[in-house]
Amino acid sequence: MNLASLRVTAALPEIFIALAACAILLLGVTGKPGKPNHRAALACPLAIAALLVTALLAGLNFPAGGGAVAAFNNLFIGDALAGLLKISMCLLCAAAFLYGRRYNRDRGLLTCEYYVLGLFSVAGMMVVASASHLLTLYLGLELMSLCLYAMVACHRDSRLASEAAMKYFVLGALASSILLYGMSLLYGLTGSLELPVIRAALFAEAADPDDAALALAVVFVVVALAFKLGAVPFHMWVPDVYHGAPTSTTAFLSAAPKVAAFAIVLRLLAGGLGDLAGIWQSMLVILAVLSVAAGNIIAIAQHNLKRMLAYSAVSHMGFFLFGIAAGSAQGYSASLFYVLVYAVMSLGAFGAVLCLARGDAECDRLDDLQGLSRRSPRTAFLILILMLSMAGIPPTAGFFAKLSVIQALVGAGLVWVAVVAVLLAVVGAFYYLRIIKLMYFDDPADASPATPPAGDPPAHLLLAFNALIIIAILPWIGALISLCNAVIAGAV
Amino acid sequence: MIPLSHYLALGAALFALSVVGIFLNRKNVVILLMSIELLLLAVNINFVAFSHFLQDVAGQVFVFFILTVAAAESAIGLAILIVLFRSRRTINVEELDSLKG
Repeated sequence: MNLASLRVTAALPEIFIALAACAILLLGVTGKPGKPNHRAALACPLAIAALLVTALLAGLNFPAGGGAVAAFNNLFIGDALAGLLKISMCLLCAAAFLYGRRYNRDRGLLTCEYYVLGLFSVAGMMVVASASHLLTLYLGLELMSLCLYAMVACHRDSRLASEAAMKYFVLGALASSILLYGMSLLYGLTGSLELPVIRAALFAEAADPDDAALALAVVFVVVALAFKLGAVPFHMWVPDVYHGAPTSTTAFLSAAPKVAAFAIVLRLLAGGLGDLAGIWQSMLVILAVLSVAAGNIIAIAQHNLKRMLAYSAVSHMGFFLFGIAAGSAQGYSASLFYVLVYAVMSLGAFGAVLCLARGDAECDRLDDLQGLSRRSPRTAFLILILMLSMAGIPPTAGFFAKLSVIQALVGAGLVWVAVVAVLLAVVGAFYYLRIIKLMYFDDPADASPATPPAGDPPAHLLLAFNALIIIAILPWIGALISLCNAVIAGAV
Repeated sequence: MIPLSHYLALGAALFALSVVGIFLNRKNVVILLMSIELLLLAVNINFVAFSHFLQDVAGQVFVFFILTVAAAESAIGLAILIVLFRSRRTINVEELDSLKG
């Protein structure tokens, strides 16, 4: 074994982003003690630049001809799926940083630590996307989660943020332990930690779906993934964390970590446990139906915009699980497409909440949106597009995402599930349309805040791009879906 | 020689105890952190037992990584605990109820 056989270059984006995070950390400790560090203001643009360079590196690292490169003695795999996921994670996080810049500055969160944690979290997500070994998967997941717990707690004077961080930490650690327990059982049953070897071992033994030990291992893995995704009945942390965290962190953790969650589900369930689809398929269907139902119905009762979007995230995760539950390449690719579109929409929605926040005041109650079309018609229109897309109304990308998932369900013969999915999506449309009603047809509750929110031109520009791309992508939607198909075909 | 099943039973019992500890504990957040540590140790027993009986060293390597991550995890957990105590002057689990809906 020599250095060349490790193929270190396959991990170049991860190595770069970790080094960049260390460099920004060094920037944070320069300056004299006791005096404010003016260089800390550089952290945000530097972090965004580092993410863009990482996305570029991931693009250059894209394996030619769709082949996969196994690196680090099969701990790590560089395939087209990993490349696509890494590029989207970097771009989503860069956008989340740009959205949150003014918000963080107003609350004293514009520190080097915040962005270092963010960059390390992205490094964790990227490791997860490339994992082909249980150890890599676990370490990437923990690197991502530990940084996210700290980012939620970053707003130290906020009572809500510290409570949200504690809840997130305890339930996240519980989920990681459950995942580890499932992994230990899989290791005992198959004698290996490498996902392809696990798959081969399960296939060679012609794994019996009635085997209790195997079923137990799969149950542990599925429960842990449901916790991480926030699927009902393991969703308790989602609304509290989304609500309590600083909105800039909420925007961050509502987008890219969902893409990472897709990577975990795909690598573990579709990759390692692909031949046990008979065991996990029915569990995922139940989780998905419960998530879409409970998420959409509880969201109607919310008065806080961040909480409502959290329950909407629960229901979207349910839709995403429908695609995985189909258990076919078509289903995985539909899920990939869904999660990418959802991440863009969700980032846009929280970006709008960030753009509307004024000084120290949040704009996170539904009542704050009343009459928004008169105060700032442009932002109201962009939120309108985002809400229509989340509700799945054509011709937005959100409609095509839902359509491809439902097609996959019908293709897998799960017609009744597809019918339930469509009916519940109609229930979900109610609270998205209510936001549009509040913005366009209601009078402001108090006439005072007539001034449009303070300017942050880059964030507003990004919001416009974010919302409009959901419609402007329309001519290329077929190309995007076939890209997802090709990428999945190379990975499963 | 002690059979594999005994180790697995010990691991399962510890795991179950700590999950019960997380869900029944209504008093103190520190006990939650202790339960989380115990969860990871239960998994470690499983890994070491399997590793020994499979004659495969990979499981023991995994245990080293879990121990390291557990240390980082408790560092973050205690840091959040301190932030929580500073802002609320209490670490009673029952009083963590300002986020509802």
